[in-house]
Amino acid sequence: MPDEGQTDNLAVEVRNLTKRYGQLVAVNGISFEVRRGELFGFLGPNGAGKTTTARVLTGVIKADAGTALVMGSKAGSLKAKQTAGVVPEMANAYTDLSGWDNLMLMAELYGVPAATARERNESWLRALGLLERKDSLVKTYSKGMKQRLILCMALVSDPEVLFLDEPTSGLDVQSARLIKDLLRRLNAGGKTIFLTTHDMDEANQLCDRVAIINEGKIVAIDAPERLRMATSGRQSVEVSFSDSVSPESLASLAGVNTLQKVGDKYRLYTDDPGELVVAVVNHSSAARLKIVSLNILAPSLEDAFVAMTEKEAGHA
Amino acid sequence: MPKTALIWQQMRRSLAIARKDIRIYYSKGPVVIFGVLFPVFLFLSYTIGRHLNADSMIPGLLGMTLFFTATSISPIVVPWEAQQRTLERLMSCPVTIETIIMGDVAASFAFGIGVSLVPIPLGLFMGISISSPLILALAIILAAFCFASLGSVFSVPPTNTPATVNMIASVVKFPVVFISGIFIALDELPAWGQAIAYISPLTYFTDISRSCIQGRGHLPLAVDFGILIAFTVLFLLLATKLHQRTMPRRI
Repeated sequence: MPDEGQTDNLAVEVRNLTKRYGQLVAVNGISFEVRRGELFGFLGPNGAGKTTTARVLTGVIKADAGTALVMGSKAGSLKAKQTAGVVPEMANAYTDLSGWDNLMLMAELYGVPAATARERNESWLRALGLLERKDSLVKTYSKGMKQRLILCMALVSDPEVLFLDEPTSGLDVQSARLIKDLLRRLNAGGKTIFLTTHDMDEANQLCDRVAIINEGKIVAIDAPERLRMATSGRQSVEVSFSDSVSPESLASLAGVNTLQKVGDKYRLYTDDPGELVVAVVNHSSAARLKIVSLNILAPSLEDAFVAMTEKEAGHA
Repeated sequence: MPKTALIWQQMRRSLAIARKDIRIYYSKGPVVIFGVLFPVFLFLSYTIGRHLNADSMIPGLLGMTLFFTATSISPIVVPWEAQQRTLERLMSCPVTIETIIMGDVAASFAFGIGVSLVPIPLGLFMGISISSPLILALAIILAAFCFASLGSVFSVPPTNTPATVNMIASVVKFPVVFISGIFIALDELPAWGQAIAYISPLTYFTDISRSCIQGRGHLPLAVDFGILIAFTVLFLLLATKLHQRTMPRRI
């Protein structure tokens, strides 16, 4: 457990949290902390327990065991909910109301004075490119517009911590970029952000730290860069040739752990990329193949994620 | 925050939920069909071709209208919101489940009061006289609240299909109409019929209504009001306690 000084600095504090659905243990005794002002990513494959954890933290469901605090108050309490803005997974705004009416409803439910709400709503709608359409019924909005509106709804109360569950999932590039830019700005302004995602690039671009959850258990928590670097054996050499080449011949080169075809390129995973580059060049000379491109790649966050979730599955 | 301030805060948020329900759900198909058309056609099918005087018709029409309208919105809001994926957002707001339920009940209550005002001028036009308008008004308010709370109990099963909830509600609502002294006054029912009638909250409202319009109630007014209050408390407690269990299972 963190000491008291640390606790004051925590936005989210989870200890031995467990949630079961019948026989299924969706979340199995997980513990983690999110510091105030941090942009924290919660990564995992589908069914890993990400959304269940987010729902406990936002007070939608109750845990079976363990504790969860949001800004020092018990998750699910009115006090904890009052401090949080929420963008649930697959959520919808009220489609029979206008965007503006949805925002004013949220303001009433969070006890925001009407004048403050009007000012704040206009500002967020402008920032997310929705001001022109604020009086249209939400049923006429595109998916990207709806998701941007839901983010505005989460910001009406000027929350101290934001919980976002897959906020850019399935969105067009422009909407996703607008949302990611806004998250960066909000975080730079001091807001704590708890971001649930299975998008490795998104986590890598946005998060200060990420937790990787798999089958209800946390398998790693660290900065994305440190997680990438800690993944030994996931460095790779990416090569493409002007002519077709036998994958078997590449896989048999000394130092290759695994081989993956990526588009018109081959990615050769290795513990020693320097030695492997020499072997690839020698092989291409001997086989009279012309190399089009040759790059040494550090492990990506996706590589780290795959390595860690596979390792965990191997232990099970 | 002091407890009274907290209660006041949650009441205001409950009214915000009720206003939202009024704007969204009053024009929904199931509400219009089950809340307005059903009682009208049911009543017409009973009265057309029979020579009934207005004094005996209007209390029944008033009771049936109030019962159907006040139970038409509160059952469908929660499953509808779960189906439309707005419920999770609502549950993550700083409101209790009691606040959400009270908001839904308030919207249904207002609908019941509004529509049930139609039979009264109709009756006055047809020549009825109301001996105790204040008592009748109090009874309408109490009964609308009681029936709206009952409607919320109907939506407890964690299904996200409004049609399923309406089916469950209809299984209860139609028999209740037939055993509650709507079509036949309580004192004209046999003893076994009266025994069954006493288990229905609608019986007590109809009895007050007959007392105020026809001048002949079967039970003392204090008993009618007391039992209606007891039913209201029971339905509210059941709705809030049971929704606390089932609402998270809809997500």
